[in-house]
Amino acid sequence: MRRAVPSLLLVGVLLFPVVFTTPFPRHVMIMIFLYGALASAWNILAGYCGQISLGHAVFFGIGAYTSTLLARHLGLTPWLGMVAGALVAVGMSQAIGYPVFRLRGHYFAIATIAVGEIVQTLVINWDWAGGARGLFVPIKRPDSLLNFQFHESKAVYYFIALGLLLVALGATRWIERSRRGYYFRAIREDQEAAASLGVPVTGEKHWAIGVSAALTALGGTFYAQYVLFIDPESVFPLSLSILICLVAVLGGVGTLWGPVLGAAVLVPLSEGTRVWLGGGGKALDLLVYGALIVLIAVLQPAGLVGLARARRPRAADRA
Amino acid sequence: MGFVYALIAAGLSLIFGLMELVNFAHGEFLMLAMYVAFFAWLLGRLDPVFSFPLVALLLGALGWTTYHGIIRWVLGGPMLAQIFATFGLAVFLRSAAQYLFGVDFRVITDPLLGGRVSLAGLYVGLPQLAASVAALAAFGALYLFLARSETGLALQATAQDRQAAALMGIDTERMFALGWAVGSACVGVAGALLTMFFYVFPDVGATFALLAYVTVALGGFGNVAAALVAGVAVGLVEAFAGLLIEPALKYAIVFLLYLAVVLWRPQGLFGRF
Repeated sequence: MRRAVPSLLLVGVLLFPVVFTTPFPRHVMIMIFLYGALASAWNILAGYCGQISLGHAVFFGIGAYTSTLLARHLGLTPWLGMVAGALVAVGMSQAIGYPVFRLRGHYFAIATIAVGEIVQTLVINWDWAGGARGLFVPIKRPDSLLNFQFHESKAVYYFIALGLLLVALGATRWIERSRRGYYFRAIREDQEAAASLGVPVTGEKHWAIGVSAALTALGGTFYAQYVLFIDPESVFPLSLSILICLVAVLGGVGTLWGPVLGAAVLVPLSEGTRVWLGGGGKALDLLVYGALIVLIAVLQPAGLVGLARARRPRAADRA
Repeated sequence: MGFVYALIAAGLSLIFGLMELVNFAHGEFLMLAMYVAFFAWLLGRLDPVFSFPLVALLLGALGWTTYHGIIRWVLGGPMLAQIFATFGLAVFLRSAAQYLFGVDFRVITDPLLGGRVSLAGLYVGLPQLAASVAALAAFGALYLFLARSETGLALQATAQDRQAAALMGIDTERMFALGWAVGSACVGVAGALLTMFFYVFPDVGATFALLAYVTVALGGFGNVAAALVAGVAVGLVEAFAGLLIEPALKYAIVFLLYLAVVLWRPQGLFGRF
């Protein structure tokens, strides 16, 4: 029975665009997939390896900017740009890892915030890359897979986003079961103990951030091609970094399905409050959103997956 | 500027030292303090020079309420739950301010102190100078409170070892609440002083809070005196980076400096692990 749930879910999401043909429900689903994928990527570094990064927007922005700049200047297809973005993000993550992995706990989290702010400031002041004004992705017609632009319908975006999520989940699954995954969890639980047992702590952390950065950059390229406009405020902000981990935390960190669950709850919530309460510059939607975050943190600190886990043993007791 | 940073950071540092928790709503507390000072001026014609004790009192009450309403419940939880409790509070307060006060930049148009004074050949804005002096005085008061008064010592004891303090008959629960109240009051004073020469808007806390985190981490978490040194250092670096290199990049340079320092001393300048 439990084995059937993921397959049923997959059939469900594959049929979704057939049933819902209007843009809004599809947009919500696309955002769920995108944030699910980003949160899964973050989860590899933070949930499994225990390094709580609050600067993941850096990798997201690198993905978005690399593919867009390559498309503008060399006319390269965003698919290659996506690969290039992931490579740049991996390189950047290794450079960032060198100083920040010497830090622990809150020091690490704050250092990643600092890195995020440095990168955002630099891009804002980088005129060749559009500076604070941002960049338009060159519009290409007709719609084609090669151009990675679809102006007629959101259906193809839907499936690409779904693919992205599946890649992120696949990577998580693979790491979870490999020797590396056990190393990661050992580092999370007790770094000294792991080191004394021969786990190459710093090297493993670099692996974790590299995989995490590459997956996040893929999401960045997708975002650029979906929205077709990027600027430092939309792809590099601290609020994005925090949103990514919020999704994972809501669902449950260090679990395979947590980030997806978190995205499935949080995205409709934020899109919903935005549509029903937003507008008029009154920020009522964010008011509700902030209050909800506090409530979740207070009432269910282990995330929604924790809720399901807490239920199960009790059900077993009764049986 | 450095002294004001230091005062903001001191509040943060105090709370962290007490319960190993970073208050991500610290910038929003600052923003609220600035709004209180602004409205005291707008409605009561009370200049920040006089209203800051009132602001400190109100912010202290806010800190106390926050502790009892939210923080108490997440203290035992994982670090991420704590981050998100305070982060959610930050989003809530920021959008509440936007909802109630609008997004306009507001500024006190006829501050009591204005103009510039010449100090040994250097021109310094009078409000900035007054703010520095007041911030330094507040810092001194905080230091005396922590090091000399019985309550302050009890607070420090709680920060050092929660269980031992409880065994010595210190009500740690009360100390935590008090720590939040005092830490928030610091930010209240800082906010009121800032209104003398800085505009007020719902997002104003963000930049200051980021600088405060870096200041605290630079000095070493939980060390209030180190926050003073680090705050002044951050203020100086910011000013010189703006002057000598490029004003637009000044915060990036501050953060870079921080990264350079932690490469050399991961626990901050005066920190202990």
